[in-house]
Amino acid sequence: MDEFLQLCFNGTALGARYALVALGFVIIYRATGVINFAQGGLVALGAYLAYALGDTATLPFLLAVIGAVLLSGLIAAGTERVVLRRMVGQPVFAVLMVTIGLLFILEQLVTSIWGFRALNLGDPWGVQTVDAGGVVLATKDLWTIGITAGVLAAFFAFFRFSKLGVAMRATAFDQEAALAQGISARRVFAVSWGISGALACLAGVTLAAGPAALTPGIGAIALVAFPAMIVGGLDSPIGAVLGGLIIGLTQALTSGYQEDLFPWAGANLSQVMPYIVMVLILLIRPYGLFGTKEVRRI
Amino acid sequence: MKGLEVVYDDLALVLRGVSLDVARGEIVALLGANGAGKTTLLRAITGLLDIHNGKPTKGSVLLDGDPIERLDPPAIVRRGIAQVMEGRRIFAELTVDENLKTGAFTRKGRTEIAESYAQVLDLFPVLKERGSSIAGYLSGGEQQMVAMGRALMAAPKLLLLDEPSLGLAPKIVQQIRDIIVEVNRQGTSVLLVEQNASMALGIADRGYVMETGRIVKEGAASALLADEDIKEFYLGTGGGDADRVNFRDVKSYRRKKRWAA
Repeated sequence: MDEFLQLCFNGTALGARYALVALGFVIIYRATGVINFAQGGLVALGAYLAYALGDTATLPFLLAVIGAVLLSGLIAAGTERVVLRRMVGQPVFAVLMVTIGLLFILEQLVTSIWGFRALNLGDPWGVQTVDAGGVVLATKDLWTIGITAGVLAAFFAFFRFSKLGVAMRATAFDQEAALAQGISARRVFAVSWGISGALACLAGVTLAAGPAALTPGIGAIALVAFPAMIVGGLDSPIGAVLGGLIIGLTQALTSGYQEDLFPWAGANLSQVMPYIVMVLILLIRPYGLFGTKEVRRI
Repeated sequence: MKGLEVVYDDLALVLRGVSLDVARGEIVALLGANGAGKTTLLRAITGLLDIHNGKPTKGSVLLDGDPIERLDPPAIVRRGIAQVMEGRRIFAELTVDENLKTGAFTRKGRTEIAESYAQVLDLFPVLKERGSSIAGYLSGGEQQMVAMGRALMAAPKLLLLDEPSLGLAPKIVQQIRDIIVEVNRQGTSVLLVEQNASMALGIADRGYVMETGRIVKEGAASALLADEDIKEFYLGTGGGDADRVNFRDVKSYRRKKRWAA
């Protein structure tokens, strides 16, 4: 039983990070109809910015993270303004290719500034743990879950109550009608990218903190957050969060029980499971768990 | 607007030199069959041509003497033109209150927005109890009221209405009609695009008739209501012979008749 709880905890912490990235995907998709493949690059960039502010500029960790979140948001919004604004009205496929190009640029940028060396993010959590009756809770994971929960609550409150949040939902539903109300689609696009960038940065920080080291490879989390988003339904924020948790739990439980249950499948089964789950859910619900049933081009 | 021409996709000329004006405090009706260019005309006023790949190639749209045809939609809403789009286009996933909130997006000042909100609820008492229900679940008439209330939340000087009676029961059309009159009485000019000519001309001061991108008739609403051709084509009264026998023959004859050819 302890092992099960332990795996569930680890899976939730992992899933929280996926949820942050998947939510970033969903926000941009809802606003602009484009899947932003550069999200992984923003994750890595955000984590390295936190490192640069904390280690190089010697700010306290909390300030470094807040600074990095804000900077990431600004960089993402700026990218939208400079690059993607020009692509409005172009075929979705062309815009997708541009985001893939952005991914490569961001990756190169990160490695050319900070190199490939594994770095220490300088967080105060380290390898500390809290013992809760047989289950070992890593301080870093507790913070990850806490931060994610806080951010998600703030996020949903923003979309529910604020003028801009409501305007963003309106734009996602019917862009032309939103324009007719005087809602500036450009501002909505820029803010969507800004929020996604900030979420990506948080995901990067929580991923690289603690015993894990900061390497350019952490951007690969986006590849797993991708099935999380699909499972939840492309355009549902709640789906993104649940999808993230489902994928995180699936991975943790698979890696825990694989040796007992599927010894023949090999130790890397947990890496493949997210995609198996994605395909299975898509077979039953082609639009994901919470997605709009309406057929849309991707 | 003066001599406006609009081209879609650099290809289709939809408005061919349309001139139309709405004086302050007026209700002006714009009639015309499907495809005459009424909606395009509204888009040209509100700056929504752009996203449909259309652009004005000649002429200008003036608001209080300032050209606005190159402004983007938010700037035009800020200058005091709000639109109720054809087919209502409410945000079905949002609540009624949230829909109304989007209408006030361009406005600053909580007290003024609260004032408009109170005014809108005064005009549409039905929406009071519906504030927190999802707009998509309302009846067609209520949705039309949400769409109109949303536009009024921008406190416009000029309200553009595109087919507000479309698909509504006659009783609801009556209500909508009374509300338009009331909105106008409170000082908002109205440009009313309608297929329901008797309703539109019944409350309008003046009217225009459009056909294939041109204004083919204009005049006082009462004069248009009395016009034989209008009676025949838009009101379905008068015109044809009283002793006509075969409806199909009459119809094929009527179909051919056009003012502008």
